[in-house]
Amino acid sequence: MAGFDLSGLTASFGGERVIGPLTLTVKEGDQVALVGKSGAGKSTLIRLIHQRVDRESSLVPQELGLVNALPVFHNVFMGQLDKHATWYNTVTLIRPFKQDRMQIAELLDALRMSEKLWIPTASLSGGQRQRVAIARALYRNAPVLLADEPISALDGPMAHHVMKLLKDRFKTSVIALHDVDMAMKYCNRIVGIQDGQVALDEPTERLTAADIMSLY
Amino acid sequence: MLSYPTVRTSLIFLAIALVGLLFADIAITANNPWRDLGNFFLGVLTPNFFSSEGLLTALLRTVAFAFVGVTVGAICGFLLALVYRFLPVRIFCAFIRAIHELFWALIFLQFFGFHPLTGVLAIAIPYSGIFAKVYSEILEEADPEPGRLLPPGTGTIAAFLYTKIPDCWVQLRTYTAYRLECGLRSSAILGFVGLPTLGFYLETSFSQGIYSDAGAMLILFYVLIATIPLWVKPKLLPVYILGAPFFLGDGLPIVWGNVERFFTQDIVPSPLRDGEGLVGLIPWLNELMIEQALPGIWNTVILTQIALVATGILALLAFPLISNHFGGPIRRTSGHVFLVIARSTPEYILAYILLQLWGPSMLPAVVALALHNGGIIGHLIGRQTNTIRLRSDAPHGFNRYGWELVPRIYRAFLAFLFYRWEIIMRETAILGILGIYTLGFYVDSAIQSIRFDQAMVLILITAMLNIGVDILGRFIRRKLALQTMPTC
Repeated sequence: MAGFDLSGLTASFGGERVIGPLTLTVKEGDQVALVGKSGAGKSTLIRLIHQRVDRESSLVPQELGLVNALPVFHNVFMGQLDKHATWYNTVTLIRPFKQDRMQIAELLDALRMSEKLWIPTASLSGGQRQRVAIARALYRNAPVLLADEPISALDGPMAHHVMKLLKDRFKTSVIALHDVDMAMKYCNRIVGIQDGQVALDEPTERLTAADIMSLY
Repeated sequence: MLSYPTVRTSLIFLAIALVGLLFADIAITANNPWRDLGNFFLGVLTPNFFSSEGLLTALLRTVAFAFVGVTVGAICGFLLALVYRFLPVRIFCAFIRAIHELFWALIFLQFFGFHPLTGVLAIAIPYSGIFAKVYSEILEEADPEPGRLLPPGTGTIAAFLYTKIPDCWVQLRTYTAYRLECGLRSSAILGFVGLPTLGFYLETSFSQGIYSDAGAMLILFYVLIATIPLWVKPKLLPVYILGAPFFLGDGLPIVWGNVERFFTQDIVPSPLRDGEGLVGLIPWLNELMIEQALPGIWNTVILTQIALVATGILALLAFPLISNHFGGPIRRTSGHVFLVIARSTPEYILAYILLQLWGPSMLPAVVALALHNGGIIGHLIGRQTNTIRLRSDAPHGFNRYGWELVPRIYRAFLAFLFYRWEIIMRETAILGILGIYTLGFYVDSAIQSIRFDQAMVLILITAMLNIGVDILGRFIRRKLALQTMPTC
């Protein structure tokens, strides 16, 4: 199962409802862009979906959630800690195994930062850190990608490169984006959020950028 | 000014200390204190490092006990930190750290005798309690986000190793290193109850009036502490930790019969032991409270309050010595030397020396506590003032001190002072062993006259008093919204 069907999604902050109640059905093959003003509730919605479909999703949160003291390799490797025994993970912490080293080096190569493999994430730039969090999600290789502004710190060509990579690697995804052109180009379904409600939900081919701009 | 809660709190504490002075026994009773003091300083200036081989052995033992004790304490403390959220664990840790190393040593001496285990446990047990508390605070500060992002089904141990430890590693290491320095001080003073460390050597030379030997010991101790960054290197640590147990000395063998007797007879309250039952227990407790515990508590509290205020005053006077905002490099270098000496000398050793020179009263204890703790706080806030950038037309001299610096560091200063309140009280109690009538005096006398049952009750009371002051100190810090870091 790679799609999901969520209803009654709500979230409150300080006693005030910021999301829902709303219903969202995502079928396998849906590549959804969440668009809307900042503060509309996109991040909260991503979190809510993640809580519901935990096991099935690779998450890229806005704050990235990297362990700054660890090198890039280990931050990426954390995406598959559940696949190995404790002793294996412990040994990897001290001396990684060759097969994992190669696999993760390949992944970083695809993200064009293979030379950073053993650098502590604390010393990376914002865009590099963002790509480490994306690498971790790719390595996790769950059926669904949940990403919150995954390209906000990347420059133009790199942003396109990463979005293409995510589109190729994840058949099903929900990505919060503030860049409407990116959303139109790399997603096949657009969901617009306004005041915590779904204000727009259409396949991309039926929309123009102007339709989406009405949300802003 | 009176509308500031910090100022009001300070004035209340000042008033309490002034009232305490009326009741305190502050005097110099020695016949010729200044001549003795002069002889002592002459001894420090003419140290004799070669009078006996004893000095080097004592130095080696001091380092060995510190390493073994701190290592065991750090491991146990770390394990306790993992379960620190459970209330019984917290209470247990608060209790074991409320009892001073020397009290633990006195207890273990009664049944393990002069076996190395006595010294190791005396350090390891209270340190476990301290490590547990601070480690758990550090681990709690770790960023929780990476842990939430782990794939479900990740093992607890793997999650801990990947998301918690790396994030806290630097802080854990810094704090453990700081504790190692404390461990060296603790280890040195264990000599005062007869273990083969530097304190024993110091007491021997002092009682024979050989001040040059005592001076040599003090100088070696300062060098040992000051050079820690040079000889304690991460790569050498395994060597020290594995090697240290072999340098503890043999001591005397443990007589297991003594251990059994201690727990089944010695510490059982005498009315119960003599078959008087619970009826006899009440008058026994009553007498103990009135004749020993209450006078002990009274003196401990008075001395603590006076020493606390004296510490504060000294810290405020001393911090300009190392502050970049005053004077030239010569003053700052000598200021650094003074503060390093003040804070690396254990208060117990300072009190011992002053007591020998000035005769028994509360004065040596107050001065010793104020010098040591004032040195620590003065150093910390002095360093803090160096991060303050003043406008270029800021006033100079005393106006700069009073108008620009003190108001800026006063909250941090109070936070450190209240943090050390409990530590000062623990030390005050223990200084009783030197003959000042605080709780330690009554504990020591009870042990000397083989009334272990009474000694245990008095130690329990001391622990309760420390826990009480710790809670009160934390309450005041929270009330005044003061922040502290654990490494102080």
